[in-house]
Amino acid sequence: MAFLSYLISGISLGSIYAIIALGYTMVYGIAKMLNFAHGDVIMVGGYMAYMATTEFGWSPLPSTLFAMAVCTLLGVLIEQFAYKPLRRAPSLAVLITAIGVSYFLQNAALLLWSANPKSFTSVVPFGTLRLFDGRLIISGTAMFTIIICIVIIVGLSAIVHRTKVGKAMRAVSEDRDAAQLMGVSVNRTISTTFAIGSALAAIAGVLLSSAYPILMPTSGAMPGIKAFTAAVFGGIGSIPGAFLGGILLGIIEILGKAYISTQLSDAIVFAVLIIILLVKPTGLLGRKVLVKV
Amino acid sequence: MKKRAYMTLVVALMLCLALLASCTGTGTTPTTSGTAAKTDAPADTTKATETEKPEETDPPAESETETEAETTAAETTAPEETQGDLEAPIKIGGIGPLSGGAAVYGIAVANGAKIAVDEINALGGRQFELNFQDDEHDAEKSVNAYNVLKDWGMQVLVGTVTTTPGVAVSPEAFADRVFMLTPSASSPLVIEGKDNVFQMCFTDPNQGIASAQYISEKKLGEKVAIIYNNGDAYSSGIYEKFVSEADEADFEVVSTTTFTDETANDFSVQLTEAKNAGADLIFLPIYYQPASLILTQAKALDYAPAFFGVDGMDGILTVENFDTSLAEGVMLLTPFAADATDDLTVSFVEKYQKEYGEIPNQFAADAYDCVYAIYEALKDSEANAETSAEDLCTELIATFTSESFVFNGLTGDNMTWAASGEVAKSPKGMVIEDGAYVGMD
Amino acid sequence: MRRLFQEKTTRNNTVTYLMVIAAYVLMQLLLSGGHISSALQGQLVPITAYIVMAVSLNLTVGVLGELSLGHAGFMSVGAFSGVIMSFLLESQIASPGLRLLLSMIIGAIVAGIFGFLIGIPVMRLQGDYLAIVTLAFGEIIKNVMNTIYIGLDAEGLKLSMSSSAALNLVEGGKTIINGPMGAVGIKKLSTFTAGFVLILITLFIVLNLINSRAGRAIMAVRDNKIAAESLGISVWRYRMMAFITSATLAGAAGALYALNYSTVIARKFDFNTSILVLVFVVLGGMGNIRGSIIAATILTVLPEVLRAFNDIRMLAYAVILILVMLARNNARLKRLFGQIKGIFTRQQAVVNIEEGGDSLD
Repeated sequence: MAFLSYLISGISLGSIYAIIALGYTMVYGIAKMLNFAHGDVIMVGGYMAYMATTEFGWSPLPSTLFAMAVCTLLGVLIEQFAYKPLRRAPSLAVLITAIGVSYFLQNAALLLWSANPKSFTSVVPFGTLRLFDGRLIISGTAMFTIIICIVIIVGLSAIVHRTKVGKAMRAVSEDRDAAQLMGVSVNRTISTTFAIGSALAAIAGVLLSSAYPILMPTSGAMPGIKAFTAAVFGGIGSIPGAFLGGILLGIIEILGKAYISTQLSDAIVFAVLIIILLVKPTGLLGRKVLVKV
Repeated sequence: MKKRAYMTLVVALMLCLALLASCTGTGTTPTTSGTAAKTDAPADTTKATETEKPEETDPPAESETETEAETTAAETTAPEETQGDLEAPIKIGGIGPLSGGAAVYGIAVANGAKIAVDEINALGGRQFELNFQDDEHDAEKSVNAYNVLKDWGMQVLVGTVTTTPGVAVSPEAFADRVFMLTPSASSPLVIEGKDNVFQMCFTDPNQGIASAQYISEKKLGEKVAIIYNNGDAYSSGIYEKFVSEADEADFEVVSTTTFTDETANDFSVQLTEAKNAGADLIFLPIYYQPASLILTQAKALDYAPAFFGVDGMDGILTVENFDTSLAEGVMLLTPFAADATDDLTVSFVEKYQKEYGEIPNQFAADAYDCVYAIYEALKDSEANAETSAEDLCTELIATFTSESFVFNGLTGDNMTWAASGEVAKSPKGMVIEDGAYVGMD
Repeated sequence: MRRLFQEKTTRNNTVTYLMVIAAYVLMQLLLSGGHISSALQGQLVPITAYIVMAVSLNLTVGVLGELSLGHAGFMSVGAFSGVIMSFLLESQIASPGLRLLLSMIIGAIVAGIFGFLIGIPVMRLQGDYLAIVTLAFGEIIKNVMNTIYIGLDAEGLKLSMSSSAALNLVEGGKTIINGPMGAVGIKKLSTFTAGFVLILITLFIVLNLINSRAGRAIMAVRDNKIAAESLGISVWRYRMMAFITSATLAGAAGALYALNYSTVIARKFDFNTSILVLVFVVLGGMGNIRGSIIAATILTVLPEVLRAFNDIRMLAYAVILILVMLARNNARLKRLFGQIKGIFTRQQAVVNIEEGGDSLD
């Protein structure tokens, strides 16, 4: 029974990683850049929802929508001002710029909301589920997170595979120049991707803060790195890969803590990651890169 | 190739400018720490009573760095209307994290110290000038901050806020003979072997021992689980002593689990383990942010043991929007309670809230006490802005270790200091009832 | 033509050496004249350590062309092994200079061994997957170092993975590495001169490697792995060579860094430090050694210079970082710089700027 409850905590933690990882993987797949500021957009999303619920007294749903709107705007602005001028620059230059943006967001949050932690009121609408005479307890947050994660994956897959925007995204991801020749507006597609990724970050921020209700300017940094790891783990650029990578990372983290050592839990997660990458060098669901000679 | 050479040139130019900026900064700064004759600015200002801001008598050829620091500092200096040599302020340096993950502690210390300095300056008489530098909770940056303060002419150091920077800075202060009083760097390593470094807070081992004894004496629990941060010096310092003391105590440690800053989100495993081991009390030698998560998640698991924290737990009630019912019944050993009703605490909390819109935590209180302790120690002293840091250091060591020096502050009554630098004060056992601290004794 | 090219590289390298030596001499002159603030003086050793870190990472990122996000891990290994060595030698060798030298050598060797061990799996991967594995190794090193306790007493070195009490030190023994509290009570050995010498050695090794047969092989592998392989270049061997050299130098820098402070903790060498060094490399220009040196210096001094901004210090740092990256990589801004330059040199500098991007990328 203990195993089952660990597994559920793992999946719930993994779902949050998965939603964040989706943002990484989409941006990577289409703009070919590692957006290290993604974790901090999550933090901003958390603060926005916090402001909406406590300062404006809004209920959870409009608060989340508000956070999504602000993050979308923020994501597009960041893209316009910091990344767009570097469209043709080497990818590492964009990476460093993203790190600069990450520092900027963290320190701006420090000035705006102070370093004092804020306690987030959970937006989860349902309570704890007790099974087997209370021997298995599933928190409402865990169930809610997992459900939302699945909804997002399904929705995102639908967007990518069934809509025109999605087609454009896939085209740009496949071959940017060819897509441009076929009349796809590369710039607009990339902006759309950032908008979707940032909206997802806002949802992730709300869920993360609901599950672990302490908000600080540095709240987004650590989940950001973990989710980046998850995205690579699953095969960066692949949407199902991000989902799988996130869930697995969460499970490994919790089970490693439970059955091996709480002291070395991070080391265990990363060791498993290395082993898997050695067996599958392009991640779990990553595409084999064909090298043309 | 050409464009790269060009860029290199630009970058090199920037380098030169940066170097120049920091060099000229020193060129004009009086070397206060030295014992050599100083005919510079401070000497003039003592006589020039009519000038509004004494700092402005410095040569105008200063770098930006200097003027900026001076003007901000000047704001803290109160109007001068009193007699002679007390007028030029004594320069107090402060070091702590103002940015990064530990910023909450550093900012609290900076604010608390500033309130104390403002109060003291408003009294007339002896004046203080505070310059607080950011160390990002990093040893390297804290030594940098220390050096910046040294260039500024710091006479006394209130800092550092956190332990590892403290361990890095205290040997520097020891070598330079600068009196150092740390509000919250609680490891014994900070003061060890340095006669001029003193602490305002308890040492970590003391807290571990005191907690174990307290739990044992009051029979608060029989089976104890411990959750601590094994990536943090403060937390593991308390844990180590707690465990060794637990051998002789009346309870049994049934589960020990850890977390690090990287995994400080999900505590389901740690809590389940404690629950399965049948622990009826969980000892949390950690800071209040992860502690608040542990409380939330324990509730979600239908697990309701007693929780016992140390001074790092203080602040849990000040987390904005925190559901204080979660902390109901949490016990902690802490020297400071923001809702105490004595005049000193009430006026401090009121001022802090007015200035910064937040309820002060123990870090702010410790810093406030540090400044006042220095003020008290200098009460009958001849020291002034001219006194070298070294002379002031000798004088302060003598005062702090003398038997007659007893200090009453926010964080304790009748505090005295041993020659080792350790403070003697008694922790207060508190329990949270209806969202407020209540004394347990 | 080839001779011309060679002459150009030699000249270029000479400029780099001269720049370092001139900076050193200048600093020494200012130091002896007492014209340097304690603030800058205190930063001299960390600056030299960061320069070595940046140059060595440039070997992996710029020359070998692989993104490493765990370079601080090697610094950590070098720092801790160097510190242990310095404790061991404390009673044996009186000369601090010699102790520092031996500690740095040990730091370098141990980091080199780790570089080899980590290189075996890492060099099988490519691109972002390689990057994430280096990140993973950096985090593992940090996590494991947090649980290691090492003590020294009359019976020799003792190791424990649980607590300092479990070391069972005999009378007079002391804990050298105390888990998360790190190493404490380190005798400061590092000097600016030692850092300067280490920079020269690093430059010597790296520049010679780049301009040697091996270096050309490494760059051939970077530019086109398959073509290089078809020419009979042992890809794995040259990649490993660059990676291990890079790790070794980082280890020496780590020992130099650690022995400059009285304490060092594992958490210092985390992902953020790796990223910081990466920023030096990218800002200085990939494959551009001189650029790394200058960028490392400026970016280490910059946060200190920005202290004047008080509260918004780190915000200003972030803004400067973004603006510099934009200015350095945006084609339009580059053309602008090119035109300004064109006015001075009366040349059409626009031509080679059109392509955009770093010439070495």
